[in-house]
Amino acid sequence: MDKKIRILMAKPGLDGHDRGIKVVARALRDAGMEVVYTGLHQTPEQIVEAAIQEDVDAMGLSILSGAHMALFPKIIDLLKNNNAEDILVTGGGIIPKEDIEELKKIGVSAIFGPGTPTTEIIKYIEENVKN
Amino acid sequence: MSDSAELVKRLLKGDRRAVAKLITLVENDKDAQSAKIMHLLFPHTKKAYIVGITGAPGSGKSTLTDRLTLELRTKEKTVGVIAVDPTSPFTGGALLGDRIRMKESCTDKGVFIRSMGTRGSLGGLSRATNNAIRILDAFGKDFILVETVGAGQSEVDIVNSAYTSIVILVPGMGDDIQAIKAGILEIGDIFVVNKADRDGVDRTVMELEMMLDLNPKKNIWRPPIVKTIASRGEGIEELLSCIEKHRSYLESNNLLGMRRDCRNESELMDVLSYRINKYLLDDLKQSGSYTDLLKKICEQKIDIYTAADEILKILWKKS
Repeated sequence: MDKKIRILMAKPGLDGHDRGIKVVARALRDAGMEVVYTGLHQTPEQIVEAAIQEDVDAMGLSILSGAHMALFPKIIDLLKNNNAEDILVTGGGIIPKEDIEELKKIGVSAIFGPGTPTTEIIKYIEENVKN
Repeated sequence: MSDSAELVKRLLKGDRRAVAKLITLVENDKDAQSAKIMHLLFPHTKKAYIVGITGAPGSGKSTLTDRLTLELRTKEKTVGVIAVDPTSPFTGGALLGDRIRMKESCTDKGVFIRSMGTRGSLGGLSRATNNAIRILDAFGKDFILVETVGAGQSEVDIVNSAYTSIVILVPGMGDDIQAIKAGILEIGDIFVVNKADRDGVDRTVMELEMMLDLNPKKNIWRPPIVKTIASRGEGIEELLSCIEKHRSYLESNNLLGMRRDCRNESELMDVLSYRINKYLLDDLKQSGSYTDLLKKICEQKIDIYTAADEILKILWKKS
C-alpha cells in the first residue's frame, strides 16, 4: 500500500488573504501529503463537493473575514448530509478564543491561529487522520 | 475501509463517494485491489469518449478543460475530469491546483473532477490514471477529459489513453525549429493556440501549419488549429466541434476501434511489466545466483550482458 494523506485547502467566503494558506499548503506538500488547493472565494457547497470527489482525509479552511461562525457550521452540516463527517475539519485565520470553543463543539477538530508553527499543523494532521 | 465489491455496487447506483473511494484504492494499491476492482468494473466500461489535453505549464490546460466541460454540459453530456499534477520526487508530496480553474463545474452533479499526483510516473500521467478513467467510464460519464501534467517535450503517454489528443500552445514560445522537433507536437489530433489575444498568435499558427505541411504521412485527417482565449470562453465552441469531427472521422474509418485496441494493449503491457518486475525480479533478487552473478560483474570477471543471459536462462528454467 502506498497510502498518502490527502488534504483539501480552501478559502471559504469573500476574503482574499491567501498568504497564510499558501504557506501551510506548501508545508504540507513538503511533509509528503497530497494537497488539493482550490483557491479563493469558495462556497461551502463547492468545498464539500470537492472534498467528496477528491476523497480527502482532512480539510484546512482559512478564514480571515470574521465570517467563521457562519461558514464552519454550514460546511459541517453539508458534510453530515453527505455522510462525510469522517473528514477531519481544521481551520486557521483570525478566530477569537470564545469562538474556537463553540466551533469545537459543533465538530471542528482544530483551529490554528497566527504564529502556529507549520510543524505543529503537520503533526496534528498526521496524528488525527483516520487509518 | 469499505469493501471494494460494496463500493463497486454503490458506484453503479450512482454514489459519488464510492467513485472517489475507488479511485483512492487504485491509486494506493496498484495490484491486488486494482485487480479486484477492475475485474468487477470491466463489463461496464467502453462507453465513454476519452479526450486528452496536454501542453506546457501555464498554457491554460485547466481553464480550457473547465470551459470545455461547460460547453459539453450545455449539450447535456456528462463529464468526468482527471487532472494530473506533479508529485515531488524528493518528498512524495504534491500540490494539486487544477481545481482552482474549475470552480464553475464543481457543484454540477453531471460533472466529476478528480486531481491526481504523478507519484513517480514520468510520461505525463500517473500509473493509476488508466484505472481512474475506467472507473469514471463505468460511472457512466459520456466524456472523460484527461488533463496531463504541464508537459515539456516528451510526455506523450496520453496518446495511449485518449481517442482525441489536444495539444495546447501559446504564442511566443520558441521559433519554428521547435515545431519540427520530435515529441509532443507529433501527438496532436487537434492543436489549440490559447491566449490568442497575445502578440505572435498568427506566427505560431503559421509555424504549426508549416509543420503539418511537412508531414510525410498524408492522412485524411489534418489536425485543425483552433485559436482560443480560454479565460473568456472564446473559441471553445469551435474546439468542441473539432473534437466531434475527429470522433466521426475515427468512427467512419474504423480507427476508433483501433485506438481502443491500442489502449487495451498498452494497459495490458503496463500490468504485465509491473507484475514481471514485482514477482519475477523480486524473487530473483532473493536468490543466490543473482547475488553471485552481480558479484562476478563487480569483480570484472563477467560482463553485464553475459550475466543477464545467465539470469534469463535461470528464469526460463523456473517457469
